[in-house]
Amino acid sequence: MAFTFAAFCYMLALLLTAALIFFAIWHIIAFDELKTDYKNPIDQCNTLNPLVLPEYLIHFFFCVMFFCAAEWLTLCLNLPLLAYHVWRYMSRPVMSCPGLYDPTTIMNADILAYCQKEGWCKLAFYLLSFFYYLYGYGFIFTSCSSALRINDSHRALVFYLRMSNM
Amino acid sequence: MSTAGFNSQNGTGTGQAYANGPSQNPVALQQLPGVSYGMTHQPTYNPMQAKAPAPPGPGLYPSGAYQPIPPVSSYQPGPPLTSYPAPPGQPLLTRPPLGIAPSHTPPQSASPSPGPRLPPAQATPPPPAVSSSSYYPNPQQPQPMAPSWQYNTAPPPMGPPASMSTPPRGPVGNHVNPASSATLPPPPPLSSAAAAYSSAPPPAHVSHSATQPPGPGMPPTSLHGYTQPGTAPPPVNPMAPHKYQQNRPPYGPPTTGPPPTGPPPAMKPTPPPTGPPMANATPPAPKPDAQCGAAVNSTLSPTEPDCQEGDIECPGTVAGNGPQAPNNYNHVDNKMAGPPQPGPPGRHLGHYPSLPPGYQNTSAPHNATSPMHPAMQAATQPYTQAPQPYQQPHGGPGPAQLSPSLAAMSLQSSTPEALRVVNLLQERNLLPPTPIPAPAPCLPQDLQKLNCNPEVFRCTLTSIPQTQSLLNKAKMPLGLLLHPFKDLSQLPVVTSSTIVRCRSCRTYINPFVSFLDQRRWKCNLCYRVNDVPEEFMYNPVSRSYGEPHKRPEVQNATIEFIAPSEYMLRPPQPAVYLFVLDVSHNAVETGYLNVFCQSLLENINALPGDSRTKVGFITFDSTIHFYNLQEGLSQPQMLIVSDIEDIFLPTPDSLLVNLNECKELVQDLLKSLPNLFEKTMETQSALGSALQAAFKLLSPTGGRMSVFQTQLPNLGVGALQSREDPNQRASAKDIQHLSPATDFYKKLALDCSGQQVAVDLFLLSAQYCDLASLGCISRYSAGSVYYYPSYHHQHNPAQVERFQKDLKRYLTRKIGFEAVMRIRCTKGLSIHTFHGNFFVRSTDLLSLPNVNPDAGFAVQMSIEENLDEMQVVSFQAALLYTSSKGERRIRVHTLCLPVVSSLSDIFSGADVQAITGLLACMAVDRSVTASLSDARDAMTNAAIDSLTSYRQSVLTIQQPGLLAPACLRLFPLFILALLKQKAFRTGTSTRLDDRVFAMCQLKYQPLAYAMLMIHPALYRVDDLTDEGALNINERTIPQPRVLQLSVEKLSREGAFLMDAGIVMYLWIGRNCHPNFLTQVLGVPSYAAVPDNLYLLPELDTAESQRTRAFIGWLRDQRPFYPSLHVIRDESQLKASFMQNMIEDRTESALSYYEFLLHLQQQISK
Repeated sequence: MAFTFAAFCYMLALLLTAALIFFAIWHIIAFDELKTDYKNPIDQCNTLNPLVLPEYLIHFFFCVMFFCAAEWLTLCLNLPLLAYHVWRYMSRPVMSCPGLYDPTTIMNADILAYCQKEGWCKLAFYLLSFFYYLYGYGFIFTSCSSALRINDSHRALVFYLRMSNM
Repeated sequence: MSTAGFNSQNGTGTGQAYANGPSQNPVALQQLPGVSYGMTHQPTYNPMQAKAPAPPGPGLYPSGAYQPIPPVSSYQPGPPLTSYPAPPGQPLLTRPPLGIAPSHTPPQSASPSPGPRLPPAQATPPPPAVSSSSYYPNPQQPQPMAPSWQYNTAPPPMGPPASMSTPPRGPVGNHVNPASSATLPPPPPLSSAAAAYSSAPPPAHVSHSATQPPGPGMPPTSLHGYTQPGTAPPPVNPMAPHKYQQNRPPYGPPTTGPPPTGPPPAMKPTPPPTGPPMANATPPAPKPDAQCGAAVNSTLSPTEPDCQEGDIECPGTVAGNGPQAPNNYNHVDNKMAGPPQPGPPGRHLGHYPSLPPGYQNTSAPHNATSPMHPAMQAATQPYTQAPQPYQQPHGGPGPAQLSPSLAAMSLQSSTPEALRVVNLLQERNLLPPTPIPAPAPCLPQDLQKLNCNPEVFRCTLTSIPQTQSLLNKAKMPLGLLLHPFKDLSQLPVVTSSTIVRCRSCRTYINPFVSFLDQRRWKCNLCYRVNDVPEEFMYNPVSRSYGEPHKRPEVQNATIEFIAPSEYMLRPPQPAVYLFVLDVSHNAVETGYLNVFCQSLLENINALPGDSRTKVGFITFDSTIHFYNLQEGLSQPQMLIVSDIEDIFLPTPDSLLVNLNECKELVQDLLKSLPNLFEKTMETQSALGSALQAAFKLLSPTGGRMSVFQTQLPNLGVGALQSREDPNQRASAKDIQHLSPATDFYKKLALDCSGQQVAVDLFLLSAQYCDLASLGCISRYSAGSVYYYPSYHHQHNPAQVERFQKDLKRYLTRKIGFEAVMRIRCTKGLSIHTFHGNFFVRSTDLLSLPNVNPDAGFAVQMSIEENLDEMQVVSFQAALLYTSSKGERRIRVHTLCLPVVSSLSDIFSGADVQAITGLLACMAVDRSVTASLSDARDAMTNAAIDSLTSYRQSVLTIQQPGLLAPACLRLFPLFILALLKQKAFRTGTSTRLDDRVFAMCQLKYQPLAYAMLMIHPALYRVDDLTDEGALNINERTIPQPRVLQLSVEKLSREGAFLMDAGIVMYLWIGRNCHPNFLTQVLGVPSYAAVPDNLYLLPELDTAESQRTRAFIGWLRDQRPFYPSLHVIRDESQLKASFMQNMIEDRTESALSYYEFLLHLQQQISK
């Protein structure tokens, strides 16, 4: 098998993490705009809230993938963030729509600062994990392909021998 | 050419802006500033006050510096406080009569000797848990190690303070090159003077000027002054402190003013004298002063500020900048200074901030005449006023010797009264007999005189710490409390085509900007230099040209502009009132409809508005009823919409009608409305749908929606379920359900806010209504909440009366539509959190669909950048609104506060009421986001932390006991009161709605009213006399003293009035004097006092008149109507009366003394 499931997971995670990085950047920009008064908090929350669950679900999704692929180390690295996401969503304010951000409290300096910091931390985490996945993917792929090469050469050898036998 | 008009007007907004200044009567104008703040100069002037400033400062210095005496202790505030040897009558507390009165005796107990320790009373109630939670970000304990600046407070170490006082940067440079200052950020204290005379004269400066000998001042030379010597101290107006300060102890001005800020800035000022080439090197000594003054005069002729003063004082002279102006000042100065002191001519303005504040007042004058050291003189003075147990040594050092050390001393001693050490465990009677005035910031008097009225705008710390870390060390919250739309009796209104604002930060020009020259002014918030527009050069008040600094905008910290069209996004909206009435069976049972319709009928002509005013009505039960009031109909037409899931407006055009055109139909409707639903059996309430319908109706215009609700909404959108478990009401555990159950109301409120609709909620209900959820509709739309628990038209007449009075006020009070309020502050400060009812639209902008005169706001601030380059910071609240007449107006309040660098100064400037108010707001937030117990712990910790910080960082001499600075002496009491307040109490049965309502009130009420809720006032009223009575409108209003809230103060022979804000209790003792019963209550005996008496009979006796006058006066002071309950021992309400006895112990809460012991334990840990 040339292309293992683990390698597939890493590749998928790589792509999804790239998306998450964009989410994080968007998040940071959005809160910066809030802080500098460019945007109305209601509008901003309306644009941010729909993105929260997708982000969490994407992350959750490739965590599950890693679980299935039995990539325990990678999974462990992601578990804290997963737990944080669960906690964060459980402790969200009373809201009827999905999302985390309440326009009435978001302008509180503490919350604003917290959200900004959260954005930067996540960005850093996603960037690091991006390279980690890249490395993991490369590592698995190369090991796979080297295995493949051996395989191929073996087969080729067998083939050659058979041919020669004939 | 001047387009500006200036006019004094009533807050009501009816006032006309006068067009051209010239027509104005100067005299009237001159009154303006004074009146609005109640600080008319002469009339209010109180010799005591004038003197006061001087004594505190100087007196302390000498003693403090040389002797290790707790600086403060030496003084005793004459009047209010009784010192430790408490009056014999306190049986409650088991306080061993300690021979030692540590506070007053000098250094005796340097170490925490066990001496006075009191055995803790047997406090069975568990002491409040001390959790780590605290409001302050910086959890760490204040470091015992005092940073260098902390030494200031410490008496002995002279060295450090001195250094402190004379920061290198400061003095000389400032003095010398005033002109340059303009561009520079105002350097240290002195520099302020230099920088911009107006912007920030150093605090020290202030007092100094005031005391100046009234010689013929050097005439400031003309306008040029601007350009040159920025150094000239601003107008030295020796204004008597504002009215509100009057109650202060004799030290008055100094205590409040100079002391707090005094030290750091004050210190700096001293250097300046030396700095200037002319001045002597020795700052403190009298001579320097004189010289300094002279020097100043010569160098700084042109002090613009003076002119300002002049304007106010003597309009006539204003016009000319010349020599006359100074004279005025001098004149004033004399008055201010108190004892007229012969001064060398020409001194008057000159007085540079050469002396530390304490000195200046008295010392300066003395110096001139006598060789005696000012400090010494000052020291003696206080005593004369109020004899003190402790004599200050003044024999010692002569002036010469003193001078070098003065600077050092001034640091510590600067604030005698505010920092006087009080041992709370020993001093029992801390509560002043009169309402507590707000402390005045330690600013130069000329600035302070211009400063915003503390009722409108005040800060928890009247001295702003330089850095956030310093603030964290002080462990006190920094914040502002505003009452921006307060009804003002005098409000200058300016009509101008151009409103002068800073080009970069958009700050409105205000009294604290500095004019660099005639054509340029420097913003006091961002320090940008702006041009003065041509129109602004003309002063309509004095009809003179070229005096921009005398414009009303620069003379009044509170001012209103009529805004031109640039301030409108759309044409100003008309006044629109929509009433949404619950008419379910429950509502009809309460009988509120009658009262409402009656009140509205009576006041329909008094509704604020103009010819465009619109009204509309919606009623609802399980369906929504609209009323077509279209002109031409013979009678109102009711339209019923039963599709509450998808609400629509049956006839969008005719539901809101012009009040003037359709008044008869409206009146018809109001008359028939109560009968329409008499027989209704509908018990359900579709409030959510009704609100949606009302929102649809109002959204095109914006306006005010008044919702009357009597039960839990249980149908359609926004339906709620009862979340209260009656068995948990008294639980000592955490209270649940303080946060909303649904965000429906919040979202709707945000929609309303976006369409400029405010929702006011009247909740009249005996059952649980989930105010926590319903209240959101008002909180985020800037509405107000009224709550009448157990309202019933027959069973609860007191509530009915309150409802009637509140409605009248509600319907007729001033209102501002489509408002926004922006709060700006000097660069380096930033807004952390807002408290109140509004929607925060950006970091400093509040969206207020409606603003009403009874709304208060609180703002937590943080310090983002160090403020060490500034002597003062400013805050500006600008409220842009549409008046009911369709005018766009801007009301601007500006507050200026000094910046200090030492902890002791921060403590001495603490405003305990404001701190309590802000803490209450923070605690409300905390109990909603975290838990009630968390909030309670945080409040307790706030007291512990600040007192610990004080003890460790400010006090150098450790005495046993619970020590607090005098300005914070009531802090533990107020914290305890908060813990026992309905909003935060545990263990006492409290209905959830009551609790939530109390929380709303704490956040929404202006400070003055919130304080009454927190700490009610108790008066003895059976022996009212006319002694010391006020005379208002020919009515004599007795002024009984405020008593402590303890049962020990009650006596069976008396009658006591407790004023708890929205409710008053008149408690009649069992053996009450029959005279009181017959003459006031109109009953023959105690037994005959009716059970639910809520109205005092109008008897024609002196006693009755006095009592009623007093109660009426209390009621007049607030915009809502407190109901009065006469109670006896058997009354049901006795429990709620007794619950307000904050100092006593209850089953579930500590007594005051136990609480103090608890604090002490925690502090000494």
